[in-house]
Amino acid sequence: MTLNELVDFSGLASEAILKEEFDTEAERDLAAQQMQKRIAEMRSSVERGLTSDKASITGMVGWNAKGLWEADDVLKAPLLKRVQAYAMAVNEENARMGRIVAAPTAGSAGTLPGALLGVADHLELSDEHLLNPMFLAAGIGKIIGQSMFIAGATGGCQAEIGSSAAMAAAAVCELLGGTAHMSVHAATMALMNTIGLVCDPVGGYVEVPCVSRNAFFSVHAVSSAQLALAGLESVIPPDEVVGAMASVGRMLPAELRETGEGGIAATPTGRRIALKMLGENTDM
Amino acid sequence: MSLLDVIGPVMVGPSSSHTAGACRIALLARHCLGCQPDQAQLELHGSFAKTGKGHGTHQALLAGLLGCYPDDERIPKALELAKAAGLEFDFMEKDLGDVHPNTVRLNLQKAEAKVSVVGSSLGAGLVKMIRINQFEANFSGSYHTLLIEHDDKPGVIARVARVLADDEVNIATIHSARQKRGGKALMSIEMDKRPAQYALEYLTNVSYISWLRMLPEVMSGDKHDAE
Ligand code: SF4
Repeated sequence: MTLNELVDFSGLASEAILKEEFDTEAERDLAAQQMQKRIAEMRSSVERGLTSDKASITGMVGWNAKGLWEADDVLKAPLLKRVQAYAMAVNEENARMGRIVAAPTAGSAGTLPGALLGVADHLELSDEHLLNPMFLAAGIGKIIGQSMFIAGATGGCQAEIGSSAAMAAAAVCELLGGTAHMSVHAATMALMNTIGLVCDPVGGYVEVPCVSRNAFFSVHAVSSAQLALAGLESVIPPDEVVGAMASVGRMLPAELRETGEGGIAATPTGRRIALKMLGENTDM
Repeated sequence: MSLLDVIGPVMVGPSSSHTAGACRIALLARHCLGCQPDQAQLELHGSFAKTGKGHGTHQALLAGLLGCYPDDERIPKALELAKAAGLEFDFMEKDLGDVHPNTVRLNLQKAEAKVSVVGSSLGAGLVKMIRINQFEANFSGSYHTLLIEHDDKPGVIARVARVLADDEVNIATIHSARQKRGGKALMSIEMDKRPAQYALEYLTNVSYISWLRMLPEVMSGDKHDAE
């Protein structure tokens, strides 16, 4: 299936994804059970991450989610704070070797729970409502993955965080009653506005800018859903946007693809931190 | 790719390539040895050597050798667990030549049994095993995998395929490499299901088969819960 086919589906987008993926009721039930376990794992990683301030392996992150969660809500924007805190909670758990659900990768694992669980909790929706949106998110990731390999090392952070934001945008859109048309456009707008994003983790570790990037792009996903639910659309058709992302990914030089040699990683401070880590690494 | 591969795996962080992939390579290596090693020498290449420490690669490799899957919460404590289990280990940096940057060689030993295995972590938790002892190999851990070392002579592959066919085992991929003509060869067969025990026993007793290992599928966290 392509995004352009999905956009025209008359039912819910998740229904189209489930129909395409599973031939029998039994297969579908089994997958639903496994997806429910994934949702429970995501929840548990959010909870652990919000309450821990244990440093990550390198010591660069570990207290951001808890710090934000416990800070005053000066903007009086509880949804915003919740989404950002959840997203960082998961990624800090990841950075301290906690158990997380890759979605689609470990580095981008916070975006989907940040946006989807964040919005659901804000609106006090129970976890049963999350199952179909989760399948839709997976379906969107799968379709994007058919055009390009979803990993910072091959396509830049746009492939990783961009894909996770697109998945999350569609999921939030459907959770809030969006049609297939709206959900696919939500995903497309999220993707369109991540194109060119480079993968530049300091020292090669999935911590800086990754943890904060999850916070920002889970909000990005929620904004995309908001625009789509209000009827806004991407002028460029969904599959063309994915194609654009793939072509930009191929143009990105190796320095900007998870090598820790460009972007944020190549700043004087980024290099200094990397050297320090390397020094510690040689006396292992 | 299934939907549950996109949202998944459930894994201990921080990196699907440096942690989850490393754990899977070591888990496959353990199955190549056939038991838990009591000595392990781990040669880290490229990015595994360079950034492995901050990515928990050491812990993930040891955890795999102890039989843990990538979602096992004991992974961060694997160094202590390995010591407690009497596993002596030694990490070193090594240039393994023209291989993927995330590659490791594991030299494992338990009493008389020994095996040397090289595997690469390709990203997104996917792995490729590229060497078993002196033989080139090519399998992914995404299937049940049968490894057979045998004399290089006509008809061996057909014989093995026959046994699997009789057990209604469907072959997904097959790879074979030999040291030299008429010497020893290694075949790896990736299958949709595990062959019956009697089929494996039969093959073990075939005169020109000198070594056989049955490796489980290690990609899906969900399936091992059921084992
Ligand atoms: S910067 Fe690279 S490692 Fe970090 S989240 Fe983005 S793609 Fe992943």
